[in-house]
Amino acid sequence: MRIHIKGGRLFDPVNKLDAKQDLFIAEDKIVGIKKKPDGFDSDLQINAKDKLVLPGLVDLCARLREPGLEHKGTIQTESFAANSSGITSICCPPDTDPVIDTPAVIELIHQRSRDAGRTNIYPLGALTQNLNSEQLAEMHILKQAGCIGVSNAYNSIDNAEVLRRAFEYAHSCDLTVFLYAEDNALKNNGVAHEGALSTRLGLPAIPESAETVAISRALLLAEQTNVRLHFCRLSTARGVQLIKAAQKQNLPVTADVAICNLLLTEMDIADYNSDCHLQPPLRSERDRTGLIAGINDGTITAICSDHQPHDADAKATPFSLTESGASTIEHLLPLTMHLVNRKELKLEKAISLLTSQAANILSIEKGTLETGKDADICILDIDASTSVSKDNLLSAGKNSPFNGWELQGSVSHTLLNGKVVFDRSKLK
Amino acid sequence: MTGNIIQLDNNGNLKHFLSTEGLSQSLLLNILDHAESFASVGERHVKKVPLLRGKTIANLFFEPSTRTRTTFELAAKRLSADILNLNISTSATSKGETLSDTLHTLEAMHCDMFVVRHANSGAAHYIATQVAPHISVINAGDGRHAHPTQAMLDMFTIRRHKQSFENLRVAIVGDILHSRVARSEIHALNTLGVLETRVIAPHTLIPKGVEDLGVHVYHDMDAGLEGVDVVMMLRLQKERMRGALLPSEQEYFQRYGLTDERLALAKPDAIVMHPGPINRGVEIDSGVADGERSVILQQVSHGIAVRMAVMAMTMGRSNDDMGGSK
Amino acid sequence: MSDAIDIDQLLNEMACATQAYCKASAYDNPLMIGIQRGGAWIAKRLHQTLKLADPLGELNIAFYRDDFSTLGLHPEVNPSKLPADINNRHIILVDDVLFTGRTIRAAMNEIFDYGRPASITLVVMIDRCGRELPIQADIIGKTITLNEGEHVKLSGPEPLTLSIDNVKGTGTQTTG
Repeated sequence: MRIHIKGGRLFDPVNKLDAKQDLFIAEDKIVGIKKKPDGFDSDLQINAKDKLVLPGLVDLCARLREPGLEHKGTIQTESFAANSSGITSICCPPDTDPVIDTPAVIELIHQRSRDAGRTNIYPLGALTQNLNSEQLAEMHILKQAGCIGVSNAYNSIDNAEVLRRAFEYAHSCDLTVFLYAEDNALKNNGVAHEGALSTRLGLPAIPESAETVAISRALLLAEQTNVRLHFCRLSTARGVQLIKAAQKQNLPVTADVAICNLLLTEMDIADYNSDCHLQPPLRSERDRTGLIAGINDGTITAICSDHQPHDADAKATPFSLTESGASTIEHLLPLTMHLVNRKELKLEKAISLLTSQAANILSIEKGTLETGKDADICILDIDASTSVSKDNLLSAGKNSPFNGWELQGSVSHTLLNGKVVFDRSKLK
Repeated sequence: MTGNIIQLDNNGNLKHFLSTEGLSQSLLLNILDHAESFASVGERHVKKVPLLRGKTIANLFFEPSTRTRTTFELAAKRLSADILNLNISTSATSKGETLSDTLHTLEAMHCDMFVVRHANSGAAHYIATQVAPHISVINAGDGRHAHPTQAMLDMFTIRRHKQSFENLRVAIVGDILHSRVARSEIHALNTLGVLETRVIAPHTLIPKGVEDLGVHVYHDMDAGLEGVDVVMMLRLQKERMRGALLPSEQEYFQRYGLTDERLALAKPDAIVMHPGPINRGVEIDSGVADGERSVILQQVSHGIAVRMAVMAMTMGRSNDDMGGSK
Repeated sequence: MSDAIDIDQLLNEMACATQAYCKASAYDNPLMIGIQRGGAWIAKRLHQTLKLADPLGELNIAFYRDDFSTLGLHPEVNPSKLPADINNRHIILVDDVLFTGRTIRAAMNEIFDYGRPASITLVVMIDRCGRELPIQADIIGKTITLNEGEHVKLSGPEPLTLSIDNVKGTGTQTTG
């Protein structure tokens, strides 16, 4: 199919593209920017007047719940929700059921993804078998089967020797380790940020040091092993400082942050709101602004949704007994635009963190608007507004912490490999 | 924060009693005044009033407790209510029945009130958001968060001995970190307008940011007790020794135990309180616990009157003037 | 109601009538109990005049009312005070206004939870008719009939004032 996207403002920070130009697509590739290719006859014209035409977004972390947790969501439902926020590539962590530690599971995910036909899915393989933090997973075989990195998900590896060997082995397979840095003992079964609010609410608390101690340890082991290390979901300002210092030393270290930690703080759990029970926890305002600063100075190079859809029962119980995680994927872009509108982030920075820079971390060739590349496109109507309503979420998980928020910006179209996978005007 | 919005109905009357936080001074004093009326019921020939006749109160204890449960039961019976005792062990919930399902089953049995004790902070608050509109929830202790009836019976006891809260210095001693009693006491004391609230404990037992609740923190017991009018001792649980928070009971007693010597640093008419059960020789010396300044046994009897007051207030809607016919 | 009520005179008449009634019934050493708040104020005056031996008892019927479900607890609190043993005593129960009879029903239920009296004699200052229960006073200061929407109220304790208000709040007052 040949598609002509007309009159939109093309916006691709990494290529320094910000211009009112047309975009031409044939089959699954972009075949022309600004100038119509010779002999091009469009089958479909999309009017992008007054809209931003962006590369399809790359979500560095979203849980699509297949295989094993289909009562919380499926690749079909969640990738559709992702499309409504302009997301065309998703990286998913290995804590499915069964864990992504065999090629069979990877194949299953790829199959489901092809069937849904809505997003590219890039699974992370397990770092240890069954995420047991003891034995190394078959990282080479997993890479052959299509994993772009390895991770131990939320299962912290307490044994430093095991962590060291896991880093070394991943390095030998030329795989990036995606590490959620948290010291289990310091976490001490906590569910909220250690501070005045957790004291007032009487919730078991997670000190800042649970993150910073784990980061420090991992950085030193990364230094020793030369592994490419990516820190997942930073939550503390202090943690940002530690990583910044390591980057200054030229260690191959990157970091991302979840959208929730950029917009919410510990105050949002004040009424024991379990939709705000997250891992890592929402921390103080000082931490939030420290994370924003970390984006602006280049320490953090990706914003992800950290999407975790849940069934109602998972949140229908007292706070500390609820499962952590928020359903955010369908609002990733409008929520990021909220930060732009509040002037905390510049538009170029925000978009690059959702596209090319996220793609770099994953070492995939996505997130740009270039002739010859895959036609993954997101068309954003900046003037339209998005109202977040728990009951109207497209995701199977209704656990959104942003219920009632009015956001600026709404995706009108999403294209994957040159095919329109989302058209808001056709939504019921 | 948590508390007042959900605890009060549209007319500002107490509907749920979940926390002493966020309630007005006049409401807290009202509870104490009603408790005074109910206190005399236990001294009569017929130790009952018909106020809650025909109502069913369910004791939902997810955490076992004989003392508190018995006092609530007695309070309910003195109000002529029927009582259902449900000790919900964790095995019931591990069978897969959600908390919501348990609540709905009980509602189908026409319960009018739930008295809830639960190991997790925010549990009573959560239950209050889930129950049918006519049902009241009383928090009998949720995790580390609140134990409001305990705090109110302690305020009742203090008022009986000191008449006014205005010029009082109160010291709360012990495991503040894990104590729901401490948190509820602090909110109540500050709302009732005491001069100063102090917490005394080793660093490992003081939660971060506790000053925000409106207390002065002391790590030196002797300094902390100087000139106080009320000493509230908290129970030290044995698990704290195993959790790398304290080395031993002996050392704790040496640094923070209430002895006659230490009590002498407080005002000469200072009273000694403890929510019970007491660990003799760990947080408090036997001599002090049984001594003339101790009001510990009175606290227990006050608990019935205070719980009667809270039950009566939440079950009926209060009016501004005495309506009804003569 | 057109003529002013002299409360002092009314109280004197009530005291005399009560004394006569007790003598005629051979009620030895009666125990007086006033129903809060109005009945207690009146009882105090009667108790003084009659020079009764035992201290005056006070009853707060808050916990025995039949309208708790709709009205809840009155915020103002004053506990009942009764001498320890009322068993076999002759009780003089005093209230300010007798209307539907529900207050007296509640008061009697409460008294019986304290013990078993030998008798109860009901003394009221005003009987305003409109009974909803089969209850009558033994000694009445004055019987009146009111128009629809009117209420009679005793204010006190000093000075004691009877006033008639209608629902809209405009009232006429008489003092004594």
